[in-house]
Amino acid sequence: MKILAVDSSGLVASVAILEDDVLLSEYTVNYKKTHSQTLMPMVDEIARMTELDLHTLDAIAVAGGPGSFTGLRIGSSTVKGLADVLHIPVISVPTVDALAYNLAGASGLVVPIMDARRSQVYTGIFEYDEKNELITHMEQCAIAITDLITRLNEMGQKVTFLGDGVPVSKKVIMETLNVPYTFAPAHISRQRAGAVGALAQKYYKEGKYTDPSEHRPDYLRKSQAEREREEKMAGAANA
Amino acid sequence: MDSKKDYYILGIESSCDETAAAVVKNGREVLSNIISSQIDIHTLYGGVVPEIASRKHIERINQVVDEALKEADMKPEELDAVGVTYGPGLVGPLLIGVSFAKAFSYAANVPLVGVNHIEGHISANFIENPELEPPFLCLVVSGGHTHLVRVNDYGKYEILGMTQDDAAGEAFDKVARAIGLGYPGGPKIDKVSKEGDPDAIHFPRAHVGDSEYDFSFSGLKSAVLNYLNSMEMKHEEIVQADVAASFQKAVVDVLVQNSMKALERYGDKTFAIAGGVASNSALRAAMEKACEERNIRFCHPSPVLCTDNAAMIGAAAYYDFMAGSRAGLDLNAVPNLRLGER
Repeated sequence: MKILAVDSSGLVASVAILEDDVLLSEYTVNYKKTHSQTLMPMVDEIARMTELDLHTLDAIAVAGGPGSFTGLRIGSSTVKGLADVLHIPVISVPTVDALAYNLAGASGLVVPIMDARRSQVYTGIFEYDEKNELITHMEQCAIAITDLITRLNEMGQKVTFLGDGVPVSKKVIMETLNVPYTFAPAHISRQRAGAVGALAQKYYKEGKYTDPSEHRPDYLRKSQAEREREEKMAGAANA
Repeated sequence: MDSKKDYYILGIESSCDETAAAVVKNGREVLSNIISSQIDIHTLYGGVVPEIASRKHIERINQVVDEALKEADMKPEELDAVGVTYGPGLVGPLLIGVSFAKAFSYAANVPLVGVNHIEGHISANFIENPELEPPFLCLVVSGGHTHLVRVNDYGKYEILGMTQDDAAGEAFDKVARAIGLGYPGGPKIDKVSKEGDPDAIHFPRAHVGDSEYDFSFSGLKSAVLNYLNSMEMKHEEIVQADVAASFQKAVVDVLVQNSMKALERYGDKTFAIAGGVASNSALRAAMEKACEERNIRFCHPSPVLCTDNAAMIGAAAYYDFMAGSRAGLDLNAVPNLRLGER
């Protein structure tokens, strides 16, 4: 089974090609956010390097959200365009789950945190069982970092943090988290398309994929205009 | 290139609130023209919300493209090129079309052409006027643009005048909101004006100081708002249809005046209009009359090709393609792209 995987959900742009249990190629750049200009040239680069015939792909995986709304759409539009021509399905992998999969096999809790602005983080709480399967204690969501820390203090287990939310949350973690914790090292601390692809292989076997026309990012949040409109209407209803 | 070969181009457009795809043969013949409009959603907000538009585009893009290909009975690999709007427009919506088109053309192994949205509007005239050829003069009027352009050759434009503030369509939207007609303003004002007296109220015809072909509509919009306020203060009845018709006439007068002045100056014998506001019946009638008086041929696309669509992008892409224009995989959305810039 051959999969092309793409992650442009955050500051990182990352693309990978996986064949069965081998990562054939991965290209990850964490330098300025110009995904609309860099993502397709990166796909082309790894395709050339591995002499990939696009028509041998079985599916295309994408970090399906949460993340930067624009970043998610650049990734999703790209995979929707590729998969449309190739007549193959799209596998949407939750961004936070894929981040957690960077640390497959880690002991204790794995907690990715992405900066979600508006004083929240996109996060989830994960653990690996003895068979190295990903167990989800808290599904990916947008919450205040303080609420996450309260929850982790209650759980009382060792935690490994990763993600682009670490730099902004480090201070509050150090001041208020009472359980032992570490931060993931540089090579596995941000989005990696290899992890998106590896998790996508599992999804594919479980039949968790969609037609490219059906795929859309999972933003985890409504647009500001929708939120404001709903608040206004709720306000009017209560008045 | 072999001049006998036929060229099939897939056009993709997502610069505002229409997701559109079309297949065009040799820049003139429309084989399919699919438009998915989001207008119902944006009406709830009184105008286009970029984030919502972006979300809708990504939900619709595959269906729209697939339908355009199916109706034209084409496979992606059979296309000669993919043309996509990369500006001007809203950056979020533009990025959906651009990202999709890059990936689609890459997988299909066909060339990609980046198209200027305004160039697309102008090119809509090639579709319905098979014998139309440059040079000619064109007025592009829409919700986002008001340009008086001389088309010197295919793909060669000279901007003679443009709006200094609001686009003509924007003024229609704002005035429509002020007199309680709602969004979208253009068609609503056009309709209600038919019941009104265009000479009931005299609104100013704005002329921009040193630039003879430029436009300005914000002063006119303010004049309408002032009129409404003063009538309210005096507790006098506001006749919606009269306000609409008088406002519309003020816009049309300026558009006609500047266009005719430019036609006289450049000596062109052909004049075309394009863009969403080009569907306005009063504008069409006034232009038709003014052109007839001067013995000038008047071209205008039918309403479906005036609104944002991808057939016009396919038509423009054809001429860009034949001139050797190709976009790379690094093509980006350029929200403020100017006509004639690359």
